[in-house]
Amino acid sequence: MPRITGVDIPNEKKIWISLTYIPGIGKYTSAQILKEAKIETDVKANKLTEDELSRITQIIDRNYIVGGQLRRQVSQNIARLREIACYRGLRHRRGLPVRGQCTQSNARTRKGPRKTVAGKKSVKETR
Amino acid sequence: MGRSLKKGPFVDEKLFIKVNKQIDSGARDPIKTWARRCTIIPEFVGFTFMVHNGKMFHKVFVTEDMVGHKLGEFSPTRTFKGHSSKKIK
Repeated sequence: MPRITGVDIPNEKKIWISLTYIPGIGKYTSAQILKEAKIETDVKANKLTEDELSRITQIIDRNYIVGGQLRRQVSQNIARLREIACYRGLRHRRGLPVRGQCTQSNARTRKGPRKTVAGKKSVKETR
Repeated sequence: MGRSLKKGPFVDEKLFIKVNKQIDSGARDPIKTWARRCTIIPEFVGFTFMVHNGKMFHKVFVTEDMVGHKLGEFSPTRTFKGHSSKKIK
């Protein structure tokens, strides 16, 4: 199995797809990388030569932020927003949606599982 | 949605003049402002603004990290005091 950018070991799929197993690389970026490296997108990942692999690695290292580094950058950006206490930072602190979504209902991805309030009048009771 | 680059960042003119005056005189007094839509530009760093939130003025000390945000982002307009723990009947 070929190794690209440290720990990532894409499997025996077409390289176009297996490159997307690296965090930070999607289908579009993957196609761009292969175009720059002049490699066919449909070649199986395990059929690649050493030279081709090093070319891909080089392009990724040069142009893209990937993997752990990307994760660190994202969390740094959030930490910055939190620290300066701007509106977006406050929403992050509270664990509420940051981009202006409604929160009366839904917003469960950010708010987590429902916390039922005891004694709150439900729809059934009012009827 | 971003703003057109052609226009450049929006800066409230009157506020900008006030800041420039303070830079010239060397004073660093808090500036009262209603211009929440004004982008914070590098010249504003180190100043204190009193940003209106519709009711009162929030003290905002501008640091380098805040450049590029709007003044209004630092003066919350809503108060949420939390839900009551038990409903009173």
